[in-house]
Amino acid sequence: MLRIPFARAALASALVVAPVAHAASDAELSQLHDEISALRQSYEARIEALEARVKAAEAAAERASEAQKANNAAAVSPAGNAAAVPPLATAPPSAPSAPGSAANAFNPAISAVLEGVYSNLSQDPKRYSLAGFGLAEDAGPGRRGLSLGESEITLAANVDPLFAGSLTIAYTPENTVSVEEAYGIATSVGNGIVPKFGRFFSGIGYLNEQHQHAWDFYDAPLAYQAFLGGQYGTDGAQVKWLAPTDQFLEFGAEIGNGDSFPGSARNRNGVGAFDVFAHTGGDIGSSHSWRAGLSYLDTRAGDRDTTQFDTSGNFVDTRFTGKSRLAIADFVWKYAPNGNAIDTNFKLQGEYFWSRARGDLTYDADGSFGLPQTATYGAVQNGGYVQGVWQFRPMWRAGLRYDRLNPGNPDYGANAPLLAMPGFYPQRYTFMVDWTPSEFSRFRVQYARNDIRPDVTDNEWFLQYILTLGAHGAHKF
Amino acid sequence: MHAFFKTLVVLAAAAVATPAVANLAVFATVPEWGALAQELGGDKVDVYTATNALQDPHHVEAKPSLIAKARKADLVVATGAELEIGWLPLVLQQAGNPKVQPGQPGYFEAASFVTTIERPARIDRAEGDVHPQGNPHIQTDPRNIARVAAALVQRMAELDPADAAAFRARYASFDAAWQASTARWEKQAAPLRGMPVLVQHKAFSYLLAWLGMKETGALEPKPGVEPTAASLSEILAQQQRVPAKMVIRAAYQSDRASQWIAERAHIPAVALPFTVGGDPRARDLTSYFDDTIARLLGAAQ
Repeated sequence: MLRIPFARAALASALVVAPVAHAASDAELSQLHDEISALRQSYEARIEALEARVKAAEAAAERASEAQKANNAAAVSPAGNAAAVPPLATAPPSAPSAPGSAANAFNPAISAVLEGVYSNLSQDPKRYSLAGFGLAEDAGPGRRGLSLGESEITLAANVDPLFAGSLTIAYTPENTVSVEEAYGIATSVGNGIVPKFGRFFSGIGYLNEQHQHAWDFYDAPLAYQAFLGGQYGTDGAQVKWLAPTDQFLEFGAEIGNGDSFPGSARNRNGVGAFDVFAHTGGDIGSSHSWRAGLSYLDTRAGDRDTTQFDTSGNFVDTRFTGKSRLAIADFVWKYAPNGNAIDTNFKLQGEYFWSRARGDLTYDADGSFGLPQTATYGAVQNGGYVQGVWQFRPMWRAGLRYDRLNPGNPDYGANAPLLAMPGFYPQRYTFMVDWTPSEFSRFRVQYARNDIRPDVTDNEWFLQYILTLGAHGAHKF
Repeated sequence: MHAFFKTLVVLAAAAVATPAVANLAVFATVPEWGALAQELGGDKVDVYTATNALQDPHHVEAKPSLIAKARKADLVVATGAELEIGWLPLVLQQAGNPKVQPGQPGYFEAASFVTTIERPARIDRAEGDVHPQGNPHIQTDPRNIARVAAALVQRMAELDPADAAAFRARYASFDAAWQASTARWEKQAAPLRGMPVLVQHKAFSYLLAWLGMKETGALEPKPGVEPTAASLSEILAQQQRVPAKMVIRAAYQSDRASQWIAERAHIPAVALPFTVGGDPRARDLTSYFDDTIARLLGAAQ
């Protein structure tokens, strides 16, 4: 704050000089006058510049300390800091900042999903099996008791004018880390063509492309467990084409490595699996909208491990080598009065699976119960689910789901005495209620009566929370 | 047979000629921009409006019908300021239409042509559904409509040079009528100046600022958070100290919270159209403001 006294001193000394020049000529006097005024102007300009710099520095310091306070407060108690903060108009986030400070301006949109669950299962989940089906390791209701659900982090941004990219890293409760999705999308091809490549959840079916935290029930439908090992992801490429029609009409094709169930890693060059799908949909009035689809997946397995019960009641390892084909029909219909889903809405969805597998099946592949035995295997199986979710008041929803599987009559060849069992249709009734206090949090309680094998019923209770933070998620249909 | 042949020729000619005179296909996210594009484009544009006035614009899904329409659009007119953040990026990504991606001339954000207010000091979801770029409900001030119209006609002319003259002519007459209407509304609304009101959602900040009305509080404890019994009781207690003359809400919102306050505080609960189509009398942009002013004046008496 020295600048003002200094300016005054400068002016005063200039004035002191003036009387001394009393005897000077008029020309000199006027010259002196000019010099003084020039001096004054120069000082004023410098003072103004200094003042501006001080103000800028003060403002920057204030902003920094505000930001620091906000950060600290958020870190200490994000919810408790409801105290009124003066609504200071902040600088627009899009305002160009000084060059050099923009190193993180290109950071991608980051979002995280935190999930946890309490599971109460009447049957041992380690010996979970659906009669007539060999199940992949990850299928099933998960562990008992309290656990973290899948936590995931997503980074997404445009790459350049041609591509956008997205990476989703999933952390499992067992402290393993996996790349759930990592793909690029070509954004500027045009004509309704959208290519995608990398690792992604396949576009087959309806639920498959959605992440688990977006599902309306805690767990996957039985058909997803039996036919897709939970959810079908692949490393490969996808191309979608949207027809230029008023009616939504979309076609897609994918090639992949075929590592995922019902395929398996086979140590081969070339394409391991392919699938095609078509979707159509639209609105009926302003209150109804719908989508329906057909999908077909063709894949192969080599020594694919599954587990199932044999005729003696042993929980055995079975290994399949051969071809798998799967067709899916799906539909979803949503109702909201006048299209306004905020108060009440209803969603009805269903999917039907048809599968055909042919090849060889090895009984007791790990030799736990004697000698492994390989025989021919062929099965035509089907199954599906239908579910309805009703938001009966703001923030509260209730849902009911019915699952049913038909294992058909698998031909086990020479293994028939060990594996062939009388026909039983696994089925499940699931009921859930959830509370969604904001778009970013959800709490759910779910009960299922799961008739998995003859005379074996699993009563499954789940309490689940889902928290979403960071970048705003998309409202997928 | 001869007549049939002629008909065929005419039909074929029409089919061939249609692409040459194709209208500018406009995809408007909300009714106000659909209505504005129609005012400026007349019969030279085909306007599709993605949502209606009875839908909460924050909570829309990327429906198949929207993706199909975005695929064929020449121009997407959005509000911006993150109003459509939940669904428009997904629709545009799935539409496979590079013309209307953000940054392209075919993507127009209205909020970037007006000065937004209520930019939050804290970008934190603990504050509710906050929009870092300010309050996105800009269409409740007719002066904003005029600003957006001036920018939108430029964009339409740029995208469709053949019809540029027609767009500019329509804009000139629209703007003249709009300025006159705005002056009329301001005159009509003079008795509302300084009047304290409660709002259900902070959806009318621009309207209240324009008419010089005072917002004494919002029923939603935080933006986008449903009012609770506790938050409503607090508003009711505040009403004793700072009495508001009415409580206003948008047509798409449930009337429960407003009615609760209205009954206990003995003030009228007013549903405003909020945008074109918000009630039967709000048929276009002009009648939307006519109706808004009439409803406010009616409740103020």
